[in-house]
Amino acid sequence: MVVDALFWLLALTAVASGFAVFRVSSMARATFALAVSFVAVGAVMLLLDLDYLGLITVLMMVMEMSIMAVFMIMYMMNPGGLMPMSMYHNKAGAMTVAVGSFVVLAAGALLVPWPEREGVAPADITLQLGEGIMGSKMLVMLTISPVLFATIVGSLVLAAPRGRYDRFGDDLDQPASDPVPGGLGR
Amino acid sequence: MSLELLLVLASALFCIGIYGALSQQSIVMVMMGLELMLNGVLVAGAAFWAYVSPSRPDGQVLVLVVITAMTVEMAMGFAVVTAIFRARDADLTDQAADLSG
Amino acid sequence: MVEQAPAWAAPLALGLLLALCVAAATFDAALAAGRGLAGALRVPWQEAARLVVQQRRTTVANDPLLWRTGGVSLLVVAALMVAVVPWGDWTLLDSAVGVVWFNAMDVLLWAAVWITGWGANSAWPLVGAHRFLAQALSYELLLMFALISPALGAGSLRLADVQAEQAGLWFVVTMPVAFVVFCVCVLAFSLWGPFAAPIGADLGGGVLAESSGVDRLLVLLGRYALLVAGAAFAVPLFLGGGEGPLLPAVLWSVVKTVLVLGLLVACRRRFALLRPERFAELAWVVGIPLVLLQILVVSLLVLGRS
Repeated sequence: MVVDALFWLLALTAVASGFAVFRVSSMARATFALAVSFVAVGAVMLLLDLDYLGLITVLMMVMEMSIMAVFMIMYMMNPGGLMPMSMYHNKAGAMTVAVGSFVVLAAGALLVPWPEREGVAPADITLQLGEGIMGSKMLVMLTISPVLFATIVGSLVLAAPRGRYDRFGDDLDQPASDPVPGGLGR
Repeated sequence: MSLELLLVLASALFCIGIYGALSQQSIVMVMMGLELMLNGVLVAGAAFWAYVSPSRPDGQVLVLVVITAMTVEMAMGFAVVTAIFRARDADLTDQAADLSG
Repeated sequence: MVEQAPAWAAPLALGLLLALCVAAATFDAALAAGRGLAGALRVPWQEAARLVVQQRRTTVANDPLLWRTGGVSLLVVAALMVAVVPWGDWTLLDSAVGVVWFNAMDVLLWAAVWITGWGANSAWPLVGAHRFLAQALSYELLLMFALISPALGAGSLRLADVQAEQAGLWFVVTMPVAFVVFCVCVLAFSLWGPFAAPIGADLGGGVLAESSGVDRLLVLLGRYALLVAGAAFAVPLFLGGGEGPLLPAVLWSVVKTVLVLGLLVACRRRFALLRPERFAELAWVVGIPLVLLQILVVSLLVLGRS
């Protein structure tokens, strides 16, 4: 009973704040509306006993949204939303596609005869995940690691304005010259 | 709380995400739409784990993969936005349509 | 064995949190020059009373929703952190992933501090908010690795298990680096001492530049509460929890928390301000390799034991 009430509260919060992302004019509010949506979904996972994954979702997404806020302020022409302006294209078409796919997906969710539950959750659910990714599902981890590494390298290559030749000179033999000095006295 | 309700929640989040990704002009806002779509996938993955096969780790691993996908999407997305913005001051999808057609 | 505390213990724990905040503020006032202990006792209350009756300053086109939410969140986050701490044999919320809980709550601070700075619609608070994010990027990985060490040593993310594992040998002995790094990170997310750059005087108060009245009081109280939460968390993680002679376990937990808290508070007047860009390089180039080595040592110890 309590779980059901909590679920409805969280589900409505997730959907409402998710929609608010595209309705509010302040970028800071949009970003943190998305964060609220993620926190609500993380809490739904806690209701499903997925303690670890629920908390990880909250952790990752709040962190992401905080960083996203910085990018918002950097790149949007009107981050505070003090001058209301429309930043849409093809609103009607987008709404049609969205509502159409919702009808199809929700009909599928309600009409498909989903299989019965098989087995029961283990006593330690986090252990199940850990043994999964370090055992039978290790290929997933082996794929994720190089992908993440490639992401780090790729995003730095794309985003960094200065390379090592800017820092160390054409022959890479100069002392490092950085616009912002670091903490190690270089 | 049931599998059906959770899946309807997942579809709702996914479709709001579609709406955002299709209708927004700013690249950063499009990325928020994509994140919201993946948010729906998170719910669906967790729901299938809990209501279909809680004895196997597959659903949990799927959720972990989706969270990773979100971080990768956001890191690369911001890197690309930064690169485009540096190169030609563009922050709208319509200004970065070189590959269309 | 740690047991779930009854519901009436929740307000008790909250009261303890607030009492320790007052104690920390008093201690800090006593460390400041030119005041006797009697004077220090009055300072927190005087300051609180002044802020409560002060008329709130507002700014043009501020964002009250985000501003107020951010100000309250520091205290809320601290309370949520304290909720999973085992006090001796009792805990309010016996989470199976208590260590991750603490980490997730501390990440909420990224958002909390940033929106506090944003909400005022003023330049200095926003610069302070961005400074905090830069600082957070530097300390977050350190904190994660420092939290992993005791969890690895105990083979569990449950704080009760981590605490029980230390019967005989406290983790601070086998993982001193992780303990020091953890304390540094607590200072960093509490905006305290060397890590107060986001609210620094060079920015006219940074995130707090436009905060006044009750809003300011809540943020200042929230900082002390975060210090208390960090100190309370260090006890089951590194200092053996409620272990100790004579006194009951609950009291030992409180005593150790008070000692760690005193240490953290004293750091404010011991160390110079560490600017975020300096801290970034220190944290990533020096700090992370050190904690990784610490984790290697812990792993070897765990392997050797089994």
